[in-house]
Parts: sequence; structure tokens; C-alpha cells
Amino acid sequence: MSLSRILNSKKIRFSAVFALFLVFVNYQTAVKAQADTSLEKAPDTILNVAEHAAGEEAAGHESEHGAEEKFNPTKVIMEHIADSHTWHLWGETSIGLPVILYTDKGVETFLSSKFHHGEEAYEGKYYTYKLIEDKIFAVDANGNIDKDASSHVYDLSITKNILAIWISVALLLIIFSSVSSAYRKREGKAPKGLQSLLEPIILFVRDEIARPNIGYKYAKFMPLLLTLFFFIWINNLLGLIPIFPGGANVTGNIFMTFVLSFITLLAVNLNGNKYYWKHILLPDVPWWLYPIMIPVEIIGVISKPFALMIRLYANISAGHIIVLSLIALIFIFKSIALAPVSVAFVLFMDVLELLVAFLQAFIFTMLTALFIGTAVDEHHH
Amino acid sequence: MVGGSIAAIGAGLAVLGAGLGIGQLGGKAMEGIARQPEAASKIQTAMIIAAALIEGVALFGVVVALLGNG
Repeated sequence: MSLSRILNSKKIRFSAVFALFLVFVNYQTAVKAQADTSLEKAPDTILNVAEHAAGEEAAGHESEHGAEEKFNPTKVIMEHIADSHTWHLWGETSIGLPVILYTDKGVETFLSSKFHHGEEAYEGKYYTYKLIEDKIFAVDANGNIDKDASSHVYDLSITKNILAIWISVALLLIIFSSVSSAYRKREGKAPKGLQSLLEPIILFVRDEIARPNIGYKYAKFMPLLLTLFFFIWINNLLGLIPIFPGGANVTGNIFMTFVLSFITLLAVNLNGNKYYWKHILLPDVPWWLYPIMIPVEIIGVISKPFALMIRLYANISAGHIIVLSLIALIFIFKSIALAPVSVAFVLFMDVLELLVAFLQAFIFTMLTALFIGTAVDEHHH
Repeated sequence: MVGGSIAAIGAGLAVLGAGLGIGQLGGKAMEGIARQPEAASKIQTAMIIAAALIEGVALFGVVVALLGNG
């Protein structure tokens, strides 16, 4: 057995990585178990180690974690689904993300690790801020919410979802720019590697989604449909991965799906031709039906993208809530014997979620193509 | 009265509707595939799409229930 054979074998490389991962996980658990038994819990934010005034912080947190709190599943589940100002990695480690506040006196920026998970107020340049139930308020000296000042504080921070969107955008740019440069370099040759993985999927979007629904003008809308499809799919998939860089619930955030459906609304109505608007405003029905048809059609313009928004948000959030609830079962019953059953169910739900991730991206893109098709349809009676 | 809320009952009713709808859909799809096995993949595709749309409507109900609860 030569050394090069060991290093080149894929199986051996994979086993080595997996072994390192297991060692890492067991080390973390062992460290945590030791920390538990000695009742010393010092939260360890990566960018805050220098400010570890050891005495007062350790004492303060010890008194909080000393007593056994009743496990509140709703609170824990909602914490994992919602957006937040810090990215909690594992155990007690979390990344503090930049907080950018636009107040009426000026712009303030600081790291959210200064909030110490919502326990301390932070004195900024203009106001003092505190994180109350994951929202930033301006507080006065005693810690009470200053309603008047808070109304002038606009929160434009980089939150967990925004960082996750940047990560998925970077991933998409890397993948697709490498594929497009490969097509340019290998002009006339057969596709190789990542190209041959993505080509059937892109052709699927063109032949099953764009062409049947839009007709011969499909080429103009292909970039939009491809972007929607891959962006939603990759965000759904990243939301299923439990550790960094996945694990942020992007498409399960209703504001995110609102923006996506707003893009659909714009794309459909800005491309509507004369016949599309004629169907809405002067439909081909007897005149005495106009008072019913016209309001219904106008509401239909808004309600179709609204349905897209709710469908994507609810499907993805529901999937995450189910998986989190099944895991929370272990903590509700406080028994490790439930773990194999729970993990088996979670595995089944996760496979279903993989299907749902693809399906929801497909449905969103298909319905967008359908609406665009009705907008650019030619007159044919 | 036992613990829980009206919102949970509402969510259960929404899920009942979805279950009935998708169950009917699956049954008709099975019949179609049994009658003509060559068309199985087309029927399956159409069934999956319709199931996702029906589920969207059911999840409307669940979202309203969650909003009413929280």
C-alpha cells in the first residue's frame, strides 16, 4: 500500500473527514458536559472574547442558568424560524452581525454582540439601544422604552437572513459563472462536469416551464424564470442544512416571499399587452355583469401573486416547524430513549422536505410563467 | 375545558380539507394510471402539481390559524 494510493482514494479521504467531524462533535459534547457539571457557563461570542470581564459576567449568567427552566417548545421553535441579529452557530458560540441604525440624528453602526443576547443595553452615539424580543428599541437611562425616540430609529441591520441571502447569491454566482465560462471555452464540444449537471435542469425550465406557458416569446423571460427557480431552490435547500452556512430560514420569511411575488407582479403587469388589459377591464361578458367581473378581475391581479407568496412561505415554514417540533419532542419528554424514534421521523420529514424544496421552486416558476403567458398572449378568437 | 385554542381547531379543519382534496386527487390519478399505464408519468406530473396547489390553499388556513394564535 503506497502512500499515494492512500491519499488518492476517495473512500479514505471521505472517511478521514467524517472521522474528524465525529471527533469535533464529541469534543464539543464532552466540553459542554464538563462545563455543565461545574455550573460555569460563559457564553463565547467569537468577536467578543476580549470583552470577557470574567468576574461579573460569569456570575450573572450562572445565576440565570442555575435553575432548571421548563422547556418551552413554541419559544424555541419560533426562535429558530425567525430572523435575528446574531447567527447562533452551536452551543454557546454565535456570530455577532453588524447592526446599522438610521436614526433622525445620524447613522449608527455596531456589532450585535454588544447586546449580549438581549441582556444589556448599548450606549450608542445618539441613543441607548436595547434588544427587546429581538427588536431594537431606544431606551432611556432606566431601561424603559422611549417610544418617541424609538419611532425615529430605523433598523437597517445586516441580519441572519440577509447574510444567508448573500451566501446563496455568492454560491449561485460561482456556480453559474463557471458554467457559462465553460460553455464559452468549450464551444462545440460536449459538456463536462458541472455543465452536464446543470444543462438538463436548465433545459427542463425552458421546455417544461417557459415554452409551453409563454409561447414563442419565451426567450425574453428565460433569465427571470431561471433566476427565480434556482434562487428559490437553493435557498430552500440551504434552509434544510442545520449548520453554518445553511440553517437560516430565508424562503420561510414572509417578507422575502413578498419581494419575490412582487417581482412576479411587476413582470406580469409591465409586460401586459392590449388584450391582457382588455380581458381585465372590459371582459367579453354581457354589460350587466361588469359590476361583478371588473372588481373580481382587478382583485385577481393582486391575489395571484399573493397566493404565490403565501404558498411558498407556508410550505417552507411548515416543513421547518415540523422538523423542529419532532426534535423538540426529545426535550419535552426529557428522555434520550426517544431520540432514535425522533431522528427516524426527522429523517423521513427531511427527505420529504427535499422534494418540497424542488416542488415549491418549480410551482412558483411555473405559475409565474403561466401569468406571464396570459399577459403576452396574442389575440385568438 | 381541555387546553388548546380555537386556532388549533381551525388549523385542523384546514388540514381536513386538504386531506380530502388531495386524497380524491390521488385516487383519480391511480385510476387513470391503472387504465392506461403508458400515460403514468404525465399523470404523475399533473398530480404532483395539483397537489402542491391544493396544499397552498390549505396552508393559507394554517397561516391564518397561526396568526390568530400568536
